[in-house]
Amino acid sequence: MESVLGRYRNLTILVGVLFLQVLGLAVQVKRSADAENTRLIRIWAVGAITPFERGLVRVQNGSRNLWRNYFFLRGVRAENRELKAQIEQMHLEQVRLSEDAAQARRLQMLLSFKEQYIAKTVPAQVIGSSGSDLSRSMYIDKGSNDGIAPDMAVITAAGIVGKVLRVYPSTSLVLMINDQTSGVGAMLEKSRLQGVLQGTANGEVVLQRVMSDEQVAPGDTVLSSGGDQIFPKGLPVGTVRKVGAGKEMFLNILVKPAADLSRLEEVLVVTQKQEREAVAEGSGRVRAADILAQRLPSVPDKPAVDAKAASGGSASGASEQSASASAKPQLANTTRAENGNGTKLSGVSLAGGTAATRSTTTVAAPPPANGGVSSKVVEKAPSGDSAIKGNRGAAVRSQDASGATGSGTTSSGRTSSGTSSNAATFPAKPTVKRAKPANDVATPEPPAAEDNPH
Amino acid sequence: MPITYTSGEQIEVYRFSIPVTVGVPLLALFLQSFVPRRISYFSYLDLPLLVTIFFSMARRNPISGLFTGAAIGLAQDMLGAYPIGIYGIAKTVVGYLASSLGAKLDVENAGARLLVTLGFYLVHAAVYFTVARGMVNLTLDWSWKVGILAGLANGFVGVGLYFVLDKFKQRT
Repeated sequence: MESVLGRYRNLTILVGVLFLQVLGLAVQVKRSADAENTRLIRIWAVGAITPFERGLVRVQNGSRNLWRNYFFLRGVRAENRELKAQIEQMHLEQVRLSEDAAQARRLQMLLSFKEQYIAKTVPAQVIGSSGSDLSRSMYIDKGSNDGIAPDMAVITAAGIVGKVLRVYPSTSLVLMINDQTSGVGAMLEKSRLQGVLQGTANGEVVLQRVMSDEQVAPGDTVLSSGGDQIFPKGLPVGTVRKVGAGKEMFLNILVKPAADLSRLEEVLVVTQKQEREAVAEGSGRVRAADILAQRLPSVPDKPAVDAKAASGGSASGASEQSASASAKPQLANTTRAENGNGTKLSGVSLAGGTAATRSTTTVAAPPPANGGVSSKVVEKAPSGDSAIKGNRGAAVRSQDASGATGSGTTSSGRTSSGTSSNAATFPAKPTVKRAKPANDVATPEPPAAEDNPH
Repeated sequence: MPITYTSGEQIEVYRFSIPVTVGVPLLALFLQSFVPRRISYFSYLDLPLLVTIFFSMARRNPISGLFTGAAIGLAQDMLGAYPIGIYGIAKTVVGYLASSLGAKLDVENAGARLLVTLGFYLVHAAVYFTVARGMVNLTLDWSWKVGILAGLANGFVGVGLYFVLDKFKQRT
């Protein structure tokens, strides 16, 4: 026996080493089915490598930023102009889209749909990778210390990237969507056909499980379907590049990822998602004029005008208007125009938080001149409240607008939204009589997507 | 003919200093992890495999070769997304075969090194896929086109790398 072992010594050791590794693999495979714990040995290995990677990335970024931000600034002004023009266009587009979104929310509310929102994200920098064409994964410089946990979605502004696979104290391993073992629930935007997105051996991304008798054309947009419980529904995944026959009765749909997976530098990790039922924002609409008015520069509030209004005591609607006008001319112009027509005013009053503020303002204004309008708006106040709940962006605007309009309106608005600091900004303002705020108090909606720093 | 068959006594056995023995594999692992995020095609190279082949063939000792392969492979596994041991097993086999081959053949010529590296790349891939699909149940697909191209790329890079690493050889 000994002579046999001695004769095949090398082979025996080889078999022994291989056996030990196979045993280790078997243990891991069994344990991974029970609970996915990160092994200490991995933490050591990653801890030994990633500090160097992090350091190199910092040096690289520092030198690049120095060059880009201080030396190579050619064409920046022209680019700035273009971007500004683009923002203008996007604001106008936003108006149109917000109407569509409001309509969608109303329909979803009718059906008691639950929506998923990205509530909070953590930006992270890509510092390394698994470094193999056989597995597509990457390391980011945020870990459990930053609130990262396994199975969190990793995205960019362009589209989805992957999911967090393992978490270490200061780094995380992200499995990308073009890895062969990844699986993402996806759907085609136009036809709403759902499938499973997987990586291939070549590092490409394929949408599988779409029946071969379905019509899919190159160029179709692919979105996340939300079925994997990792990526919220509707995030851009990519576009269809090529459609061919796949295994069995399914199509093989080659997808070009929206995010450039080979050149990622910064990503966002979705650390918090919120699921809630859709809330319609009344029947209101945001007008392009409102958005433009808010973006125009404002003049700080003049205490003298407020004092005058206070001494006047009567706090007429006219004086209120003039105060508003002095506070924020452009916005006041809009308000005046609307005051001229009760219908318009009520229409505006439905548009979220801004509406709530304005409607209360009108209530504060005593009688005659536009009394009819006032009473009409009082009735609308509750819907304005609901609008605050529904339209978060509008709720933010309401603080802005009410700050400019000032007076009792502000305090009431602030009380309702629970922001006392803003009320303290206008101590000298007269307490304007208000109708009993039976429905005026807006229940503050728990913060949702506005928490998103992005 | 680049590959010459010689007896064990005629083949020179090399050794390496401890800094080279430890530092070169670590540097290969670091580059393999860091560079592909900047140069995506770099992921088709397998520097730890090339280092394994080089050390194993230079030392010409199967036991040393298989332990070198196991250590480098397991370290590579720790940085990857899949269970630890897949690369370990594949590189153990390659290390053993490379050192066994090195004990029989004197492979110093560039052409021979290219062919040997291509061959070992394919062996490595075959073992890797066998273990990954057969034991870990990973749904990995093999592409011959990518495999051959990546093998050739590794072969060419390997020839250059071996030339550099030859400078660190020490005769026993």
